[in-house]
Amino acid sequence: MSDYKRIETPLTDEVVLDLRVGDRVLITGYLYTARDSAHKRLFELIEKGEPLPIDIEGQIIYYVGPAPAKPGHVIGSAGPTTSYRMDKYTPKLHELGLKGTIGKGQRGPEVREALKKYKAVYFVAVGGAGALLAKSIKSVEPVAYEDLGPESIKRLYVEEFPVIVANDAYGGDIFEEEKKKYRKAK
Amino acid sequence: MREIPFEDIVEAVKEMAIVSNSILPPEMYDALKKAYEEEESPVGKEVLSQILRNDEIAKEEMMPICQDTGIAVLFVEVGEEVRVKGGSLKEALTEGVRRGYIEGYLRKSVVKDPLRRVNTGDNTPAIIHFDIVPGDRLKIRFAPKGGGSENMSVARLFAPAVGREGIIDFVVDTVDKAGGNPCPPIVIGVGIGGNFEMSAIIAKKALLRKIGERHRDPYYAEMEEEILRRVNELGIGPMGLGGKTTALDVHIETYPCHIASLPVAVNIQCHANRHMEKEL
Repeated sequence: MSDYKRIETPLTDEVVLDLRVGDRVLITGYLYTARDSAHKRLFELIEKGEPLPIDIEGQIIYYVGPAPAKPGHVIGSAGPTTSYRMDKYTPKLHELGLKGTIGKGQRGPEVREALKKYKAVYFVAVGGAGALLAKSIKSVEPVAYEDLGPESIKRLYVEEFPVIVANDAYGGDIFEEEKKKYRKAK
Repeated sequence: MREIPFEDIVEAVKEMAIVSNSILPPEMYDALKKAYEEEESPVGKEVLSQILRNDEIAKEEMMPICQDTGIAVLFVEVGEEVRVKGGSLKEALTEGVRRGYIEGYLRKSVVKDPLRRVNTGDNTPAIIHFDIVPGDRLKIRFAPKGGGSENMSVARLFAPAVGREGIIDFVVDTVDKAGGNPCPPIVIGVGIGGNFEMSAIIAKKALLRKIGERHRDPYYAEMEEEILRRVNELGIGPMGLGGKTTALDVHIETYPCHIASLPVAVNIQCHANRHMEKEL
């Protein structure tokens, strides 16, 4: 496998366009967490034309609902949740400047199109590797919707957070490409 | 009548909630290790190595394997000669879940209402299946079940003519459609027979069986092996990123059914295949 590419947030077009399906990437910088309920609330604001609680320009949203931190820890286990549930919201967020998302599992065609159109990228982190991924998270700050508990929006500072490029800005899809190589069934 | 103190049950459930969420059953860890050694896909191998490292960190630090510490599913066998002293059995089990999730820093993933979705804050209520059995023992099996793999599970009511081959195709197709979403390598629980609800309950129960343990009836044992072989030919691989390890095992459970029906439920379990049991 290729060596790791190291990138920092916020992402520029140049960084995004250098990323290709299958690249192993280490991210350093800030990530915003949001999953089902937070996306629903962000959308209610967008529909009303009101400002969002976070400036998403150039940012990466990580689909995660972490476990609570034990005393002396920054965060509990914090692996990705399944991304397709956010598909209906993602294209609009890319239109508004979001440059990347991190989750697990395949994205729908509307998201893949949006990645091409707005020069953005979808990364996967290893699902169920929440204890390992938590090691890369160095700080956590609440940002919005604290009443949602594990689903609130938080700002994480990560160092060398390990992900793989699953969908790039060129229309590539790791799931389809890799499955073909190992598929013996029709 | 044998009396079991309320607090003993609470403590047993609390401990199972905390321990099962941090330590995988040893045969599950061994199966992941074997899969890592045998995986041909470089991306698949990378994913499996991260999963193994994760499971080691979780065990050493008593930290949840996955942030989705599940909705608590309990299968409880209550001896006819058992009585709970100091409260009701259901309250004791619920209190054990509550304390386990709060004191163990586990994620609270339960909402009070399916549509209005306000978190209950303590991961209760649990899903509890009771069975009354002869004797004076209380056996509790605890399995935290995550949402990602549960969402990919399917139940269907077939015509009996669909038969063995039709069921195999249905299971393989269900796994194929799920792709990387349920966090492969998965374990597949298949409930065949019973009725609408029974097929789903026995599919869930099938997931509690040890990895590598075949069905006691050779007919179904062979069917489990055939499904496993076919699923691993799909190419989905670890986390759906390609490879020959899509499932680590298939467990079938059956129940008698109506002459008109052939209910089949497929319950998918992610690689964080957590479960534990205690007998009081």
